[in-house]
Amino acid sequence: MTAVEAEAQAPSPPGAWHGVAWAMRRDLRLALRSKAELGVQLLFYVMVVALVPLGVGPDPALLRALGPGVLWIAALLASLLALPRLFAMDFADGTLEQMALSPYPLPALISGKIAAHWLATGLPLVAASPLLGLQFGLGRDELTVLALGLLLGTPTLSLMGAVGAALTLGLRNGALLALLVLPLYVPVLIFGAGAVDTVRTGLGATAELSLLAAALMASLVGATLAAAAAVRMALD
Amino acid sequence: MLESKQLAAQRGTTTLFSGIDFKLAPGDALLVTGANGSGKTTLLRTSAGLSHAAQGTLSWRGVPVAPFDPDLRAAVTYIGHAAALKDELTAEENLASLASLHDGGAASDAIGAALALWSLERQRALPARALSMGQRRRIGLARLALVSRPLWILDEPAAALDTAGVALLCDMIGMHLARGGMAIIATHQDIALSGPSVRGLSLT
Amino acid sequence: MNWFRFASPASFYPLAARLTPWFGGAAAVFAAAGLYLGLIAAPTDAQQGESYRIIFVHVATAWMSMFIYLVMAFWCAMSLMFNARLAAMMAQALAPTGALFTALALITGALWGKPTWGTYWAWDARMTSELILLFLYFGYMALRQAIDEPRRADRASALLALVGAVNVPIIYFSVKWWNTLHQGASVSLTSAPTMAAVMLAGMLLMALAAWFYSIAIALTRVRAIILERERHAGWAGEVALAAKAAR
Repeated sequence: MTAVEAEAQAPSPPGAWHGVAWAMRRDLRLALRSKAELGVQLLFYVMVVALVPLGVGPDPALLRALGPGVLWIAALLASLLALPRLFAMDFADGTLEQMALSPYPLPALISGKIAAHWLATGLPLVAASPLLGLQFGLGRDELTVLALGLLLGTPTLSLMGAVGAALTLGLRNGALLALLVLPLYVPVLIFGAGAVDTVRTGLGATAELSLLAAALMASLVGATLAAAAAVRMALD
Repeated sequence: MLESKQLAAQRGTTTLFSGIDFKLAPGDALLVTGANGSGKTTLLRTSAGLSHAAQGTLSWRGVPVAPFDPDLRAAVTYIGHAAALKDELTAEENLASLASLHDGGAASDAIGAALALWSLERQRALPARALSMGQRRRIGLARLALVSRPLWILDEPAAALDTAGVALLCDMIGMHLARGGMAIIATHQDIALSGPSVRGLSLT
Repeated sequence: MNWFRFASPASFYPLAARLTPWFGGAAAVFAAAGLYLGLIAAPTDAQQGESYRIIFVHVATAWMSMFIYLVMAFWCAMSLMFNARLAAMMAQALAPTGALFTALALITGALWGKPTWGTYWAWDARMTSELILLFLYFGYMALRQAIDEPRRADRASALLALVGAVNVPIIYFSVKWWNTLHQGASVSLTSAPTMAAVMLAGMLLMALAAWFYSIAIALTRVRAIILERERHAGWAGEVALAAKAAR
C-alpha cells in the first residue's frame, strides 16, 4: 500500500447528519452575509396579500371567506419566487459538483440546503401569517391553525420545489419551474386552507394537519432523493 | 488502478472523442492536451465519475464504476474550472468549508499552513470577492495539501497562476506521484513534469 | 423470440411500421361500432334526453388520459432503469396524445355539463383532477422541450413523469376531499345509477377504439422521433434515401 493510500484511509466513514450540518451551516452563513436578499420573499408575501382587498373590495365577510385561501396561495407564490436561487449559485460556481463528489450522501447535503433555505425564506412567512390573517378578520383558532398549517406546509413546498429547481438547473426559462411544481403543490394548498375552513365550522383540524405532517415526512425522504437524482442528471 | 477502455463521449449528437484507452498505476500521471473544445474537460469529468461515457468502461481497482460511484468518489480530488468559492466567505472559511466537505474537517492551523504554503497568509481573512483570479485559483489548489486522496484530477490547474505558483504546483504534483499517487491533468501550458511514469494524451 | 432485439431504435422502426396499420384499422372498426351503439342504438335517457350521448366520447377520453399517463410513466421508469433510449422515445411519443385526450375529456365534460347542470364548469373532483393532469402533461412536454441535450432531456423528463405519477393519486384524493368539504352533496359526473347494457357496451367499444388509436398514433410518432434523433446513424440515411427513391 502506498503512502498516499495509507493517509487516505485514515478518516472515518462520513455520516449523513454531518452532511446535513455542513450544508446548513454554510448556506445559513451565506444567507446572513447577503442580507439584502433575505427580506424579499416576506415583502412579496405581504404585498400580494395586500393586493387582494384592493382587487375584490374591502367587504369584511368576503375577505373573511377568502382569507385562508389567499394567505396560502400567496405563501405558495412566495415560495416559488425563492426556488431558483436554491441551486443556481452553487451550480454556477462549481460547489454543486464538489457536493456530488463528496463522501457525504448527496440527499443529505441537499436536505441541509433546503433546511437553510426554508429557515431564511419560509419561516418568516409562517411568522407573518397571523398578523396578515388579522387583516382578513380571522379569529384566534383560525389563526392558530393557519400558522400551524404553514409551519408544516412551507417546508414541504420547499422540498417539492427543490425537485423542480434541480430538474430545471441551468435552463433559462423561469416560468417552467412554476408549471412543473404547481400541480405538486395542490394537495398542500387544499389541506392547509381546508384546515382553516374546517376549524371555522367548529370541527377540529387534526385530520388535515396530520395529513400535512405526513406529506412533510414523505417529502423529506422522497423529495431529497428525487432532487439528488435530478442534480446528478444536471451535472452529467 | 484507474483504467479506461474505449471511452467515448458525446455532446448532443457530436462525438467529442472515442476509443480512449489509458491505465494509471500508482505513481503515474496523464497529461491531457488538445485544442479548445476537444473534450479535455469532458474526459476529466468522466474519469472523476461526474459524467456518463457514451461508450466504453471506466474501472477503479479492477471494478467497473458507474458515475458517482462511492469508491471512486472517496479516492478522487477533482478540481475543475469553477473554483467552488463563495464571494461572501473569506479565504480561510472557503478553504475550511471545502476541506470539511471532503474530509470531515481540518484544524485551523492546518488551514493556515496550507494558505501559507500558497502565499495567502495575509489574505486569509479577506472575502473571496476581494481576491484576484490567481489568488482564487491558489485557494482551490490549497485543498490538495489538506485532503489526502490517491487520484488527483485537475482541469487546467495552472490557469491564472504566476510562475511561482506553477512551480509550486509542479512540486506538489511531483511529491504526490512520488508517494504513490496518480494524477490526470488537462493543460494548455507546459506543466514541467517528466519521467517515465508521465504520459501524454492528445485529444485533437 | 428475443424481444430485446427490438430495444434498438433501428430494429424497432420497421416493426412499428408494420404494426401501425393493424392498430389503426382496429381503432376505426371499434369506433364505428361504438359510435353506432352510442348515437343510434342506445335509448334516450329519461332525465337527460339526447345530450347525454356525449358521455360515449367523454368517458373514453377520460379513461385514456389517465391510462396513457400510466403507460408513459412505465416507459419512463424503463428508460431510467435500463438506460434505454427507445423507452424514452416511446414516452415522448405518448405525451402529446395523452394531453390531447385530457383536453378532449375536459371539453366534452364541459359540453355535457351545460345542458345537464346549466354550467360549463362545475369544479367537481373529477374535472378538476383532469385539469391538473393536463398541467402534468404540459409540464413533461415543456421540460423536454427546454433541455437541449437529448440524454439529459430523456432522464429529467422521465424523473418528472415518475414524480407526477406518484403524486397523481395524492392529488386526486386531495381534490376529492376538497370537493366534499365545499360542496357537500355530490354533483358527480359518475352519477349514472343504472346503465343499460347497450350504453355500457358502447362506452367500452369507444374506450377500445381510443386505446388502439393511441397505440397507432404513438407508433407513428415514435417512428418520426426515431428518425429525427438517430439521423446521424447510417441506417437512418438509407431509409431516407429509400423513401426518396420510392417517390
